[in-house]
Amino acid sequence: MRFTPHTAAEVQAMLGAIGAPSVAALFAHVPAALRATAALRLPAGIDECGVREELAALAGANRSGDGLVFLGAGAYPHFVPAAVEQLAGRAEFATAYTPYQPEVSQGTLQATFEFQSAIAALTGMEVANASMYDGASAAAEAVLMAQRLRPDRTAVVLSRALHPQYRQVIATYLEGVGDVEIVTVAYGEGGTTALPSTAVLERASCLVLGSPNVFGAIEDLAAAAAAAHAGGGLLVNVTTEALALALLRTPGACGVDIAVAEGQSLGLPLSYGGPGLGLFASRQSFLRSLPGRLVGETVDASGRRGFVLTLATREQHIRRERATSNICTNHGLCALQATIYMALLGRRGLGVLAERNLRGAHALAERLAGLGRLRFAAPYFNEFVLQVPDARRRWEAALGRGVVAGLPLADWYPELEDCLLVCATEVHDTAAHDRLVAALGGTA
Amino acid sequence: MQVPEDLRYSEDHEWVKVADGVATIGITDYAQEELGDIVFVELPQVGATLAQGATLGVVESVKAVSDVYVPVTGTVVEVNRHLADHPETINESPYGDGWMVRLSMTTPSELARLMTAEQYQAFIATERD
Repeated sequence: MRFTPHTAAEVQAMLGAIGAPSVAALFAHVPAALRATAALRLPAGIDECGVREELAALAGANRSGDGLVFLGAGAYPHFVPAAVEQLAGRAEFATAYTPYQPEVSQGTLQATFEFQSAIAALTGMEVANASMYDGASAAAEAVLMAQRLRPDRTAVVLSRALHPQYRQVIATYLEGVGDVEIVTVAYGEGGTTALPSTAVLERASCLVLGSPNVFGAIEDLAAAAAAAHAGGGLLVNVTTEALALALLRTPGACGVDIAVAEGQSLGLPLSYGGPGLGLFASRQSFLRSLPGRLVGETVDASGRRGFVLTLATREQHIRRERATSNICTNHGLCALQATIYMALLGRRGLGVLAERNLRGAHALAERLAGLGRLRFAAPYFNEFVLQVPDARRRWEAALGRGVVAGLPLADWYPELEDCLLVCATEVHDTAAHDRLVAALGGTA
Repeated sequence: MQVPEDLRYSEDHEWVKVADGVATIGITDYAQEELGDIVFVELPQVGATLAQGATLGVVESVKAVSDVYVPVTGTVVEVNRHLADHPETINESPYGDGWMVRLSMTTPSELARLMTAEQYQAFIATERD
């Protein structure tokens, strides 16, 4: 599909075909008072050198990750092989339109089908959609889906150990639904969620946990599933660090009903906060309540294998206000990058990488034991909470030395005043660990 | 276009067959033809009380989703579970094996507001124009 604008001659020909005197005449029915008269106030165009200078100045205002940023908290620093961008940047992929016309979109559709298959395998679930905007909106959509599946329920239970920004997004989405109470349950001393009573769960359509949660702690999903099911509700699992799924027991194996995640860790750069990639997977029996696009494999009239968007009757262009969601897109290019990344690493490679993350973070935690202690006893993946005296001051001092020593948790959890949320991945080598220890210890 | 004589019809293309106070309900041959291949059917719960005009279920074809409405008020005594795995039965036999819901009528007088086969034939003739 070409993206060239119309020529003056083409515009004249089109006007002639419909019998309109001018383009302005097409807007004549819009009341004069509402028609814009002023020209857009845009600055004059500048040349390529000028553009480069201006963008470089803007970029220069950012601190980019240089291995000395130990921040996770929902967005994780990982190495992305050059092949990911190279392949995803191919014109056939980068300029492909939304695949509503399957006969001209087989490449896009097949890639999306592979993505769905990979996510289903990664989460251990039966079906995955073509992706959503990001982990937070995917979590909100999961809650809405749970309400559709349990319409008589008047509450949803969220763990306080679920990322606070995710909880805010869920609250925003529920505002439109009305009559659904958000019940927040506390985390225990160990850093994992204190499961609510059956009485509470019997009112709720779902229990929503993060695993690993915001503290990096791994939740007991099987126990949570049993509790949620005993109450007649569903268990929704939210994973902000998708790489963890390659190492931990899958949500599917634990009895999770809807598994969502942020897929940024799977081959997407941090890019100052986005775009993200919402992963969404569920049970086959819930298929008709699933939000988002779904690509299916089928055969054409000649019996050849082909791919199509399927079960479109869930979507708003057919079911309108009773659709499973108002989303009518997916993050196609991001999903493609994730698919290429997962294909390049392979099932085994992802596991090896995840293990490296686990070992690195645990080694770092041990090194930091001299300065402070692990605040929570729960097992963790590549992120942990370090309790250290004077945490905020040390953090600022470290920043002055060029090291971002994680996230001061007090901003989100006032009771965790002297705590830093530290993340260490495969991008942090021993030298980087040395720098962090020195920076926090005031000896850098 | 089949329009059996012994049934009553609603303007939303549902048919009703009455026997011993129980109304069997489905969608007409005209409706199934307009919808195309039916791939999914949503039916109410047994025991649900449905008022005339309320939605009793949904019929989904490859190209559209259509609400099915209650022609006469009543309580659901039976639903056609066969449709869960064989929704195409409605296309094949809309008045027979493709029945959707059986309900025990609360207000049988409502039947008088429904059309006879002849009236329905005339009705769909005007719909087609």
